[in-house]
Amino acid sequence: MLRRTLMTATATLALAIAGLGAASAQETIRLGAAAPQSGPLAGGAAVTHWPAVRLWVHQTNEAGGLQLANGKAMIELVEYDDQTNPQQAIQAAQRLATQDQVDFMVSPYSTGLNLAAAPIFAQLGYPQITGTAVTNQQPELAAQFPNMFFLLGRTGVMAEDTARVLVELREAGSIGNRVALVNVADAFGIEMLGISKAVLQDAGFEIVYESSYPLGTQDLAPIIDGAKSAEADAFIAWSYPGDTFALTDQAIVQGFAPSVFFTAVATAFPGYAARFGDQIEGVMGMGGVNADDPAFKAFVEAHTALAGQGPDFWASAATYATLEVLGQAIEAVGSADRAAVLTHLQDRANSYETILGPVNFNENNDNERYWTVGQWQNGVFRGVAARGRDGAVDVQLFDGWN
Amino acid sequence: MSGQEFLKALPWVALLIAAVFVPFVAGPYWLSMATTMAMFVVLATSWALFSGPTHYISLATAAFFGVGTFVTGLGFQTLPFWMLPLIAAGLGGILAALVGMVTLRLSGVYFVIFTLGLAELVRQVVTWVQNQTGQRGMYVLTSITERDIYWMLLGLAALVYLAGWLIGRSKLGFALRIIGNDETVARHVGIDTALAKVALFTIPGMAAAAVGAMLAPRYIYIEPSTAFAPLLSFQVVIMALLGGTGRLWGPLAGVIPFTLLWEFITRQAPNQTLLLLGVVFLLIVYVLPGGFVGLWARIRRRFHQGGGA
Repeated sequence: MLRRTLMTATATLALAIAGLGAASAQETIRLGAAAPQSGPLAGGAAVTHWPAVRLWVHQTNEAGGLQLANGKAMIELVEYDDQTNPQQAIQAAQRLATQDQVDFMVSPYSTGLNLAAAPIFAQLGYPQITGTAVTNQQPELAAQFPNMFFLLGRTGVMAEDTARVLVELREAGSIGNRVALVNVADAFGIEMLGISKAVLQDAGFEIVYESSYPLGTQDLAPIIDGAKSAEADAFIAWSYPGDTFALTDQAIVQGFAPSVFFTAVATAFPGYAARFGDQIEGVMGMGGVNADDPAFKAFVEAHTALAGQGPDFWASAATYATLEVLGQAIEAVGSADRAAVLTHLQDRANSYETILGPVNFNENNDNERYWTVGQWQNGVFRGVAARGRDGAVDVQLFDGWN
Repeated sequence: MSGQEFLKALPWVALLIAAVFVPFVAGPYWLSMATTMAMFVVLATSWALFSGPTHYISLATAAFFGVGTFVTGLGFQTLPFWMLPLIAAGLGGILAALVGMVTLRLSGVYFVIFTLGLAELVRQVVTWVQNQTGQRGMYVLTSITERDIYWMLLGLAALVYLAGWLIGRSKLGFALRIIGNDETVARHVGIDTALAKVALFTIPGMAAAAVGAMLAPRYIYIEPSTAFAPLLSFQVVIMALLGGTGRLWGPLAGVIPFTLLWEFITRQAPNQTLLLLGVVFLLIVYVLPGGFVGLWARIRRRFHQGGGA
């Protein structure tokens, strides 16, 4: 039983009944997707990746498909589970391309899996527009894989912007000089800590507490305890989903309420708000969106209707936007000719309209416009810092766990 | 080598030569399958060299494999690539010897638990070092293709088979079979059991680390959580046991059907792969205690009996 959406069949049938015999060359575009449905990243993919992908396919087919030169083409989605395993991600991309012979592929979920699959995409000539890969290596990667594109942003810039938010708050006289910096001891946390620490020290901040913990640590009470007794004005944690929840939990339990409380990945998840409710008013995290943008609001509504849950306030929209970019490139070319679509994407003059706003790629295949820091304000995670995006709101001070 | 032995080895050499030409006839999909199989053939066969005769179940494959990927991740920019699997094998051998000296005096379940913990231990140490030095996730961007990786793995497989064949003929191999049957007896007849076990344990350690070093360019992005994934250790054990450890060709007979079956299940029922792992394990325990090797021996025995009657 291959897991394909029944939508295609239903929609095709509807068209046939309507008797549109004139549009004889009814084409179908096969879209392959391999991402975690099991393994450590399955939870994240179930929030960010799969609903966004299925939503785009659903909406595109509802609208009658993509407009090609010889009529409309419906999208058929072929899904595989890569088990959060690079070995399987490689195998799945290979299988989609050569066995299922899909016309295009959705980029995988997470930085690591995107990079594992990159040689297969490159070798077989598939455009790989990533919505969940954050890296600082765009120039090197684009040189090696000219078919790889980046929508989510650069790690270095995100760490830098987080530190800048503190600098601005201090200049406004809102916070003091004392910062507690902690990180999950993994590639991501180590890199982010290094960059943000350098910026903060250059700006004359005092790092009063610094600590790290291994990935998967259950008890984070000592971390919060240490930051609290160091009397930090700002708490910055480069954390992963599990520890983002655990750190928040502990801070509430211990009544640790600095003027800035920042946790990194998963702070923008709807599950975070569902878990902590009003208490997280003023908490900051990685990513963000322009929550007041009508396009984003419509996305939230459609996402909730189809998936039964809202999108996250960061990479969900980027994942959806990767497919908008792909769809627009296919329509511009007017056929499912992969090589022509790739050439179109590689032409830096082209730009695309997405729910993130306009997107275009620089010489490193990088879209330089993205959100870097967000904050929970009135139940919505709003972007407070961005590069090249409008709609950033003012930062508010964290006034304690309500 | 006697003439009879030469004749016996001939089909295997022919098989190896045929395997060398796979990349010329196979498309990218089957090449990628073949690479995965070659990887598991090396891992399972070297695993069985130690665990077959001694009956010690080692779950340390992921630890050695991870060390190998990190050797490539750290060294590929400064050293020529051919040196990396050698260095990895050296480190893997040393790590295996150290671990062996500490644990192989233990027996049974203590050894299993320790090897399972080893991958986690090494992962945490690597992470700790990265954290201390501010090192990040590593990008292994090379021009090495899947074809190159396949051939390297094939060469390594040939080495592992050669080592297995030589050990089988040596005093060490004989000593290990005695240890496997009864360790107390082995000690009483004057065999240094600890030394023999440690010496042999370094082989899977070296092989798995070299495999890790060769496969790093395929993964591109190296981070501890994927390099030391514990699932690998279990896959290797199950494939080796499915094939059977009594013969050198046993693990090969397990790897090929298991990889094909795994792929089939992944395609048809993407969420049931772990279930497959469990079912195959039960199958081995209840139906195929000696793996395919045991089955083959039983069939042959029955055939001979039938022929004689």
